[in-house]
Formats: sequence, C-alpha cells, structure tokens
Amino acid sequence: MIDLHGYGPRLFEGALITVELAVLSLLLAVVLGLATATAKMSRHWWLHRLGTLYTTLIRGVPDLVLMMLLFFGGQIGINMFTDWLYYQFDVDIFINVNEFVAGVGTIGLIFGAYMGETFRGAFLAVDSGQIEAGRAYGMSHWLVFRRIRFPQMMRHALPGLSNNWMVLLKTTALVSVIGLSDMVRVAAEASKATREPFTFMIIVAVIYLLIASVSEWGFARLQKRYDIGYGEAD
Amino acid sequence: MDALMNWLEAQLADNSIFTLQTLSYYGDGLVTTVQLVFMSLIIGLVMAIPLAIGRGSKKAWIRLPIFFYCYVFRGTPLLVQLYLIYYGVVFIEGIQDTWLWVILEKPFVPALIAFTLNTGAYTTEIFRGAIKSTPRGEIEAARAYGMSWGLMLRRIVLPSAFRRALPAYGNEVIFMLHASAIASVVTIMDLTGAARFVYARFYAPFDAFLFVAAIYLCLTFSIIYFFRHLEKRLLAHLKPASG
Amino acid sequence: MKIQKILSLGVLSAAMIAGVANAEVRDIRIGVDVPYEPMEYRTPEGELTGFDIELGNALCAEIGIQCEWVVQGWDGIIPGLQARKYDAIMSSMTINEQRREQVLFSDPYITPPSAWFAPADSEITTPDAESLEGKSIGVQRGTLQDNYVTDLYGDVADVNRYATADDMVLDMDAGRLDIVFLDFPIGKSTLLDSEAGNYKTVGEKISEPVKYFGEGFGIAFRQRDEELAQAFNEALATLKDNGTYEEIETKYFGE
Repeated sequence: MIDLHGYGPRLFEGALITVELAVLSLLLAVVLGLATATAKMSRHWWLHRLGTLYTTLIRGVPDLVLMMLLFFGGQIGINMFTDWLYYQFDVDIFINVNEFVAGVGTIGLIFGAYMGETFRGAFLAVDSGQIEAGRAYGMSHWLVFRRIRFPQMMRHALPGLSNNWMVLLKTTALVSVIGLSDMVRVAAEASKATREPFTFMIIVAVIYLLIASVSEWGFARLQKRYDIGYGEAD
Repeated sequence: MDALMNWLEAQLADNSIFTLQTLSYYGDGLVTTVQLVFMSLIIGLVMAIPLAIGRGSKKAWIRLPIFFYCYVFRGTPLLVQLYLIYYGVVFIEGIQDTWLWVILEKPFVPALIAFTLNTGAYTTEIFRGAIKSTPRGEIEAARAYGMSWGLMLRRIVLPSAFRRALPAYGNEVIFMLHASAIASVVTIMDLTGAARFVYARFYAPFDAFLFVAAIYLCLTFSIIYFFRHLEKRLLAHLKPASG
Repeated sequence: MKIQKILSLGVLSAAMIAGVANAEVRDIRIGVDVPYEPMEYRTPEGELTGFDIELGNALCAEIGIQCEWVVQGWDGIIPGLQARKYDAIMSSMTINEQRREQVLFSDPYITPPSAWFAPADSEITTPDAESLEGKSIGVQRGTLQDNYVTDLYGDVADVNRYATADDMVLDMDAGRLDIVFLDFPIGKSTLLDSEAGNYKTVGEKISEPVKYFGEGFGIAFRQRDEELAQAFNEALATLKDNGTYEEIETKYFGE
C-alpha cells in the first residue's frame, strides 16, 4: 500500500473541500450566467452594456489574477469601508470574508461570465416558432420561459455547461495558492514535509480524474434526458 | 530616448508604487510571460499534429497511449502538473549530476515542459475534432485523383482541418496566456509574479493587480484581433471566386 | 461609548450581533504564520509552539486576558488584522516604516539579525555584489530580506521569491538555490541544526541599516487599539524585569 505518512484524513478533507467549492461555485455561476444572458438579450441598452462589460473584463484577465485581486483587494476594500464608518460615525462593523466564501465568490463570478455566453447562445438556439406557438396558446411570459424556453435551452446549453464544469473543477486548484486548504494545498504541504511530491500529487491527479469521469457520465445521462423527443439524427 | 525617460520619471515623481524600478519588473514580467506562452504554444502545436493524426489511428497501440495522454493532461489541473514536474524532477536519482540539471535547475524549463504538455493535449483534441469532421467528399475526391495517404493528408485533410480548428485554437491560445499566471507559484517572475511582488512590498493590492489585469486584457485583445484577422483571410480563401 | 456590531458573512446567511464594548482590554485573538521555526511552528501532534507563541501566552497571562492563536498566511496577514480576523499579529514581524503606515507596533520584543546561509561546499565567502553575481538567491516574498536583497543585489543576482520559508528550503535542498537570506534564528533552526553539516552561514550576521532591518520584531495592532498596545508594552517590561523573558529566550535560542 502507499504510505501517506498520516496525511490520508487531511487529504480526504481537502478533496471534500474541493468538491464543495466546485459545486457551490457552479451554482453561483449558473445563477450569474442566467442573469448575464438575460441582461445581454435585454432591450435596455445599459443592461446589455453591463452584461458585455462583465463578460469581456472577466474573460480577458487570468483567473489567478482576478482571484488575488478579489481576495486580497476585496478584503482591504471592505476594511476601508468599515474603517470609514468607524471614524465617521463611530460604528464598528466587522465583516469577515473567510477563504472558502471568497473562493466560491471568486470562482462563481469568473465562471458566471463563461456561463452567460453559454446560456445566451442556447437561448438564441431555441426555435422562435415554438415561443410564438406558446404565446398563441395564451401562455404567459413566465410560463413560456418555464415550459418552453428553459427546457429547450438546457438541451443546447448542456455541452457548454459540462465543458465549463470541467474547467471550473480544475480552476479550484488555484485557491490553494491563496491559502484555502483544498486537496492541492494539503498535497503540496505533505510533499514538502515528507519530501515525496510524486506520491501526493499523483493521488490528487487521480482524484481529479475520478471526479471528472463521474461528472462526464452524469452529464451524458442528463443530456439523454433533455434530448427526449429528438431523434438520433439531431 | 533620454528625453522620454526624463518625462516618464517626472510623471512618476510623486508616485511611490509605480517607480521606474517596479515598472521594469512589470516589463521583464511581460517578456517572460510572452516567451513562456509563445514557446509552449509553438512546441505544443508541433507536437499536436502527429498526435492528432495518431489519435484517429486504427491501431490500438498508437491510439490508446495518445488517448491516455490527452485524458490525463486535460483532466487534471495545470497547477498539479506544474508541481509534479517542478518538484518531481528533483527526485530523479542523480539528476543533479547530469547535463540535464543545467536546464532543469531554473524554474523556466520545468514550467515550459508542464505548459507544453498541457497545451499539446488540448491542441491534439482540437485537431482531432477538426480532422474527424473533414467532409467525406473531399476525401473521396482526393482518392479519386489517386493521391497517396500522405499526400492526401498534406494537401487536403490538414489544410482544411487547420481552418476549421482556428476558432477553437484561438481560445486555447487565450486560455494558455491566462493559465501561465500560475508560473509565479514556482518563483518565475512573470507578469503575475511582478504583481505579487509589488503587492507584497507595498501592500497595495488594487494598484498591483489592477495594473497587471489591464496588461493581460490588452494581450487578450491582441490575440483575439489577430485570430479574427487570420480567420477573415482564411475564409476569403474559402469563398467561391465569383463572390 | 462605541457601538460594536459584528457582521459575519456566511455562504447564505448573515448574522448580526450587537454588543457594547468599552475601553477595557478584553480577550483577544493573535494572528500567526507557521511554520517559522523556532519562532512559531507546530509540534508533530499539531500543537502551536515557539518563541512567539510562548512569549505571547506569557504576555497575555501577565495582562490577565485569554489569547487565542489564529493561523494566517504571510501574504494576507496585515489585511487579516484590519479585517478583524484577529486583533494582533505576533509572527516575527519586523517593525519598519512601510508597515507602520498600516499598523500600530508594540515596543520591539526581540531584535534578531539576518544572515546568509549556503550549502556547506559553497564557494561564496563574503556576500557582496561581486560574489553574488549571477547566483540564485532565495528570500521569502514581502519580507525585509526580500527588500534588502532586491535593492542591493536585484540587478546582479537572480532573486527567487517564495511564499513560505519551507518552499525555499525545499528548493535549496534540490540544488536550485546558491544561497538564501533569512532571519538568523530561522536559518539556524531549519538549515543548520536540522541538517547538520549540509549548510553553513556565510559572512557576518546583518542587522544594519535600520532602513531595512528596522528596530526588531514587534507585535502589530490596529492603529486605533492604543490601549491594547500599551498593555502589551507594560507586560513586556514586567516580563523582562522578572526573568520570565530570559527563561523563554534561553529555551528557544540557547546560550
């Protein structure tokens, strides 16, 4: 058996943090992505601009730089604000953003921009005839969204979604640089302490591959579900 | 040149963070980032072409190892790959005494190896997809002309696959530029390394990271512009002569 | 009277607790970056120990408050103080002008010199611009050693900056670094004592000029917490008088 020098439990905890971080970030990214896609398709020019600005800025800057900016800068920005409150109004507010929340916030924010593009393309791919048909049946705007646009959109969005998820999963490794004890950080610490980098890094690589393979399988099943009603040819 | 430097110095006179010295860190960082990204992309690209062809081979002993390589390098974080290569090479018995150590000693080459293997795997998959979607008619036409397998690959399949792969490859280039930011983790003073240095020295996260974000943004836009230009030119080739 | 509100942001929940605080010194949390042997590190069982930890606990006992230690990476240690993740930093932090703009320092509690460390077979005898030319120097990013080496030898040598002292030692072991510049007690403990014979100090111990080396290590507080800093200064003076300080010093540095 492989000797983990007692780092086994911590490595397992780290893996759990990686998964939690990835799943929560994905949820945030999906919400932000839907909002962005809606904003970009909006008739209000300023909403459209805002959506475009967000996706352009986020996609033009490396994840790690954004993470450091938001992580180090975000805290200092909040501190400036609370210090100002303290000196101006004698109100002492304490806002502590822990590493995990900051990680979820940052990764969610980054991938919200990518999701926005995915969802926008998928919404546009929905046959407008179907939407008109829904309207003709007297469906409300919301009902059309829920019954026709969303399920159809998901079918088109799934490949992009699964792709984004795979990239997001690997991006979580970057939080180790900022100080969150995900499995990469635990492995890096263990490597230094035991002088056996191969053992720990390869274990981490295998866990990533496992998660990726399981989610690939999951997405394939989901795609099948949303593809119901479409023949093999499509 | 002297006049320009004097002007710059005057502009920076009352700025305690962006002195000529820190700006030179960013400058050197820019050079390092561009070198690292450009070299890994070129080597990765050269590697990817035969691999993409082999990936579609009917022989399992050619196809499977390439599949495995792509699967591993696309399925794990680049950071883990970088750690493995940077710290891993040290533990190869006796490597310090060989000529290899001269190039592996500095962090640049281990990082270059990690980046190249990573982009090579992604590029292989991009090309494989493009080769697979070569229209049947083009291949049949080439066969009908009596072209050999090699000639057909060189004259028909690869040129048309390159064109189809271009948009996806453009994304890969941008991805690589952004991924290169992790080079700073193994002490390379790339753009991000310079920003981290300035942050640590002056406790000025906004100045340090916003400035470097702006540089990355400019680089990203240049790449997007370049690929758009390239696509336009290559699409012009595809257009029928009559317009 | 100040109104103190504590707002902590959870993933989905935000809780607000309102309380009243007065000028009296209360129980505090102290931020520390580990490992930095022998100043602060963990025993194999995971317990925090070291010169800073033991002195800090003694100071808290003297003041009559409870102190809790919070581990925080060096990169974010000052922002963490301002964010009130903890109320003080006691983590081998050198008092200097740049930091003074951000935090309030106690009186220096120890003034260790810095020193050069190199593999035992190194040819460097007196580190200067000439002998360091083209060499790979290791420093911890954002430390006074980083500033010193960058300003004096940044142009001639290859300066490698690490997030932790541990990373640096690993690369020195691997043969990637020719020489490192560290707080002397840390280098002694991690390089000289733990790998006897493999490493040596090079040249004299350095603690001048004050521009880089400051006035020694201090405990950092938020600028507004003057009463707290005052309480620690008084306690430090008492411990130095009654011999407790000397006892802890001998335990970690010998002699």
